[in-house]
Amino acid sequence: MGNGILHAAASSRSGRGWVFLLRVSVLMAMGGMALLFLMIVAFALPVFVQGEGGGPFTWSWAPGQGHFGILPMVAGSLAMGATAVAPGWLMGLCLCAWLLSPEKAGRPGVARTLVGGLVRVMTAIPTVVYGFAAVFLLAPSIRMGLGGSGFSWLTASLMLSVLILPTVVLVLQAGLAPRLEAVALAGAAMGMSRMELLWYVVLPSARAPLLSSAVLGFGRAVGDTMLPLMLAGNAPVMPDSLLSSLRTLTAHMALVTSNEVGGAAYDSLFMAGLVLIVVNAAVSLAIRRMGERA
Amino acid sequence: MRHSVPFLCFRALAAFFAVFVPCVVFALMGYLLWRGLPVMGKELLFGHAAPLDAILGRTPVWDGLWPACVGTFWLVILTMLLAIVPGVGCGVFLAEMATPRQKRLLGAAVDMLAGMPSIVMGLFGFMLILLLRHTVLPDANTGLLLAAGCLALLVLPVLAASTREALAAVPDSLRLAAAASGLSRVQTMAHLCLPAAARGMLGGVVLAVGRAAEDTAVILFTGVVANAGLPAGLLGKFEALSFDIYYISSQYQDQQELLRGFGAAALLLGISCALLVLARVLEHGFRRKWQGKA
Repeated sequence: MGNGILHAAASSRSGRGWVFLLRVSVLMAMGGMALLFLMIVAFALPVFVQGEGGGPFTWSWAPGQGHFGILPMVAGSLAMGATAVAPGWLMGLCLCAWLLSPEKAGRPGVARTLVGGLVRVMTAIPTVVYGFAAVFLLAPSIRMGLGGSGFSWLTASLMLSVLILPTVVLVLQAGLAPRLEAVALAGAAMGMSRMELLWYVVLPSARAPLLSSAVLGFGRAVGDTMLPLMLAGNAPVMPDSLLSSLRTLTAHMALVTSNEVGGAAYDSLFMAGLVLIVVNAAVSLAIRRMGERA
Repeated sequence: MRHSVPFLCFRALAAFFAVFVPCVVFALMGYLLWRGLPVMGKELLFGHAAPLDAILGRTPVWDGLWPACVGTFWLVILTMLLAIVPGVGCGVFLAEMATPRQKRLLGAAVDMLAGMPSIVMGLFGFMLILLLRHTVLPDANTGLLLAAGCLALLVLPVLAASTREALAAVPDSLRLAAAASGLSRVQTMAHLCLPAAARGMLGGVVLAVGRAAEDTAVILFTGVVANAGLPAGLLGKFEALSFDIYYISSQYQDQQELLRGFGAAALLLGISCALLVLARVLEHGFRRKWQGKA
């Protein structure tokens, strides 16, 4: 008995240690996050305040002549995000529907298990490896098949759509599978296949997962650095066709740090960072709102 | 049942993408492995230096991947040292101790951090160095420790989310039984839930290791260089596999260097996939143990 009391006392002391450790670790994490946001806002704000000619909110990037506009890159990022999400989301939706509708209800079968596994493996493929493969496989094929240099808006957005595919599929699967299971029995009684159920019943009532998968994919596509940097050609102007070169904000940031040494070029860098943070905060807020409504 | 044309198109597209997506992935990755696997071997890692001397650091390796591997290794180790306590702590706090309000706030913060593009973390590290240079340390420079710190911010949400999920998967019956036998909440957490969830949490750590090893954008800003040799210390410049792949794809001089790039890409692909599979195996075993299903 006495032993038990001793033990309880000791573990209550260690219990306090645990609580303390947890609180400290949460504080560390929150502190790191707060520092990150504060720092980027603090570095970017003075740039807002100056507001002289050739500042970041103009359409021309020519550091030699004192033009440091990042608007072409902002537009480039959004355009790249859009053209990556459109095919990526469509592929993801189709793939997800196929994965969810096996011929024998409830049994995925060999092909679906393998493809589902492949989608999970795709989440682990490093972006730089995708980029490397595309530089030597996709870019030359586009150069030979469609003309241009091969390093273009089209090349990068095709690879980005492959990159965001697993994200889209997994989000859709998590959202659609429970809805499908809920109507599966009634549907089977009516003689509907799972694919029919998906198309006629589940998809029309599943706005939230459909939208949030697209928004999340867009966020990932806008935030990726290596694929645009390696594949999009990086000319700091608005593209005039899918085959011309384009520079995204992320690629711009990587290029500025490696080529420029300070001053107004760095100001545009901080501004680009702020724009990226704002876009992604908007994405994550939108997804949270949708999650709450669903 | 007569089908509408959109449904028939959708069904056909689903079947088409179920074949097309695996083909694309296999084409890209197969191409890499086809070019990269033949160069695997001692030459790839150590070039012309004697392996033993290179491993012991007695001869520098100029034409092999060894310095990049060592750089990535130390980078990952340092990152995990910095990230495990706050990341896992956050996850445990969220799952076990947080009030609903804390859950919402901290959960939103972690989600937002998870969605941040990795280049933003890199920019943060870069700003930190600029700030230090202008204030207390005029000769502060980017290096291994800074890169690890920024990568720690990047993997923190991965750790927090997987720890939270692992703890949520521990059955409530365990908690009830503990409460019935008079254990406090903290005792239950420390002595029952954490050991029970350990394998799932370890799976999350492995995932985070993969994430840290593959990322390129963060280290691009925080001190990676192409020819540093072995990392000189915590504050020294370093090489990394992912950056070497990017660097070779844009700057390769001859066929041999290009082949080294393919080797590096195949190597990184192998490491990432192996880490993913390991994480899945750990998680799978964990779920089967506690929930009787995968």
